[in-house]
Amino acid sequence: MFARPTASSLLKSTLLALALGGSVGAAAQAQTITAVMHAPLRAVDVQISTAYILRNYGYMVYDTLLARNTKGEPKPQMADWKVSDDGKTYTFTLRDGLKFHDGNPVTSADAIASIKRWAQVDKTGQVMMTLLAEMTATDDKTFTMTFKEPTGIALLALSKPSGLAPFILPAAVAAAPVSTPITSTIGSGPFRLVEAEFQPGVSATFEKFADYIPRDEPADGLAGGKVVKVDKVVWTSMPDPMTAVSALMSGEIDYIEQTSPDLLPLLEGNADVKTGRYEKQGSQNLARMNHKIPPFDNPQVREAAMLALGQRPMLDAQVGAGSPNGTTCAAVYGCTSLYNTDYAADRILEAHPDEAKAKLKEAGYDGTPVFLMHATDIPSLNAQGPVIAQQLRDGGFTVDMVSMDWASVVARRASKAPVAEGGWNMFSTTNVLPDVGDAIGFIGAAAGGDAAWFGWPDVPAIEERRMAIARTADVAEQKKLALEIDELVIDNGVMIPMGEFYNVASWSTAVTPQMDAEAPIFWNMEKAE
Amino acid sequence: MMGFVTKRVLSAVPVLLMVVVIVFLVLRLSPGDPAAMIAGPNATGEQLAQLRESMGLNRPLLEQFFLWFGDILRGDFGTSLVSGKPVTALIGDRIGPTIWLSLVTIVIAVAVALPMGVIAAWQQGKWVDRLVMAGSVLGFSVPVFIIGYVMILVFARILGWFPVQGYKPPSAGLWEFFSRLVLPSVALSFPYIALIARIVRTNVIEVMGEDYIRTARAKGQTERGVMTEHALRNAAVPIVTIIGVSIAMLISGVVVTESVFNIPGLGRLMLEAVLARDYTVIQAVILLFSTIYVFINLAVDLLYGVFDPRIRY
Repeated sequence: MFARPTASSLLKSTLLALALGGSVGAAAQAQTITAVMHAPLRAVDVQISTAYILRNYGYMVYDTLLARNTKGEPKPQMADWKVSDDGKTYTFTLRDGLKFHDGNPVTSADAIASIKRWAQVDKTGQVMMTLLAEMTATDDKTFTMTFKEPTGIALLALSKPSGLAPFILPAAVAAAPVSTPITSTIGSGPFRLVEAEFQPGVSATFEKFADYIPRDEPADGLAGGKVVKVDKVVWTSMPDPMTAVSALMSGEIDYIEQTSPDLLPLLEGNADVKTGRYEKQGSQNLARMNHKIPPFDNPQVREAAMLALGQRPMLDAQVGAGSPNGTTCAAVYGCTSLYNTDYAADRILEAHPDEAKAKLKEAGYDGTPVFLMHATDIPSLNAQGPVIAQQLRDGGFTVDMVSMDWASVVARRASKAPVAEGGWNMFSTTNVLPDVGDAIGFIGAAAGGDAAWFGWPDVPAIEERRMAIARTADVAEQKKLALEIDELVIDNGVMIPMGEFYNVASWSTAVTPQMDAEAPIFWNMEKAE
Repeated sequence: MMGFVTKRVLSAVPVLLMVVVIVFLVLRLSPGDPAAMIAGPNATGEQLAQLRESMGLNRPLLEQFFLWFGDILRGDFGTSLVSGKPVTALIGDRIGPTIWLSLVTIVIAVAVALPMGVIAAWQQGKWVDRLVMAGSVLGFSVPVFIIGYVMILVFARILGWFPVQGYKPPSAGLWEFFSRLVLPSVALSFPYIALIARIVRTNVIEVMGEDYIRTARAKGQTERGVMTEHALRNAAVPIVTIIGVSIAMLISGVVVTESVFNIPGLGRLMLEAVLARDYTVIQAVILLFSTIYVFINLAVDLLYGVFDPRIRY
């Protein structure tokens, strides 16, 4: 009945099948945005880790009660709010139609449980909880937060855009202690993680959550309508930046969150690729000294270090000489924040080696080597260590720069012991500007001694002002206090601002660019058929 | 034969035990811990302490060791400290790409290197020999990632014949599968071609000077027959050894190629685990590599008997 297949017919049918397979695959991918993110997604607990990839993941899968618009103003997202006349009680009402990915409705119990878990870890959340008297559910859609005194912290905290953002999880999931990382991926955000396709460290596939109801307002920063216009978004990790750029130019991927500055010239003039930077996603470099042990337990030596360091050489090493993607900035809270200032810019922006030497002499510096930790496996940090070391040497310091991977830095920086017993004197890192601009939560400015971030500066006047910012709802008063903190941070050597830089994103012209927000957002992105 | 195999398998046990102890100690004594990596760059000391406690990293080293060792004796390699996924599932996801990449690479390497080495030996001292030897020096000297970049530029970017990166399993279709393996396999095969070709050449030249080769020629056997039936067969033992070593090196040494071509294999899993201090994953992958080494060496030993009937176990 059937003709016996010949070798030729077999070959033809194989080629046809291969060709059809390719075309079907191409069609299936038409509405999929493939993005190379700055780091691979390995874990999924958005409430215990400040890793930025987890924050980005949070915005895909979860939603927030409030969200900031491009002006930085808190706006309703999952919930609207009312404030009592005495400024103490905030009543939040969840909007209609909110559902988790498993089909269950989002209730006020979920919101309360999520806030409680988040606030155990987040600095701003911790401050909020010290002021909170009571948080109770009125009904399934309404809950209240009653504070001990009038405060504006509820809106600031619940709209916190970065670091640990207050994402809303199902109450049963949020009941887990913060010491136990959660593994559930059920959120109520515009995308759903496809667990079957999730390969930690390799790729994460998100599909449009069909039951998500966006707000009616147009998208504005992290606020407004999160309208998903593609079927899937695939995050893939590419350890080699050169491969990522080649893949983008070949049309194999659509988006690179952070393009290596060295490779940007390859993309210039390529009609199929666009590049750009997102102003809200800049980063601040900072150098941190250990206040616990010599030589930086001496305020004059800390001042000498600040004089020895200058910003431009570090920025040049990070983003290229003279690149507009690196800008000097003296403000502790960043130059794009509400608390921009040029206080002590003459000391901070440029290196003053001679003055640093004079200050060291005055301080009686005995040549004790500064143990500087240099992280080599993160490109933006790799550029920092050698520049800092050389500037410190030029300023009269003896420096022992030790290169290690980031994991070793984060382990060693937790030690308060002397250097010989595993301690340290200085390290440098970066923080994204949305975190830096948070006057209550920015870890670089906190100075509560042993409770502070690594380096453990102890300046009670700073802590008093941080709490005062949390207590007031007056924006002008908050700014006044933040500027006072800025001065205290610089004068006490709590941290040394080392300039701001912007990562450049690149994307295929087949997709529309992302909107500017504090995190990469994939809603409202479109891809041509 | 069975006695030999049993003895060799049993002799692997102390080797693996030593690996278990050394890996555990090296990881615990090196700086860094997974809690710090999970908690992120801005974590406070208090957060780190809580995480360490929940991950069992605050327990005494001996207790941690025996808990882990007891688990692996039961075949339980635990869960990743970072992702919370079972380690066996992570390895299962990643082993396929590495095995395919290694297999295709070694097939290419042997298919190219054997004739190259034989021809070089046959044409010893002539221009072909010099060309092969110069090529093998080049193949061994140029880093694989450079070869990879050049191949991406030429065959993916300029000619557009193959994708730049990625991996698809065979179930995704033959073209999808092979098109993504061609460039990385060819790039990765260069040093192995160089290595194997040189060994083949040296051993064939050595064998060609033996009395039985002269006898074969005197009996009127063709040059091709002399080469395939006498020279190659007698040179096979060191060649098989180097191929076996190459396979073992390949499986554990593909990390650069996997990174350049974005192949989610075991090499990358290992690298990521090391950077994240994901102890359970590192320990399991090293144990796996050690086991593979042991069994490849065993297979090579058994193959000696196939090529040289004088060798009997």
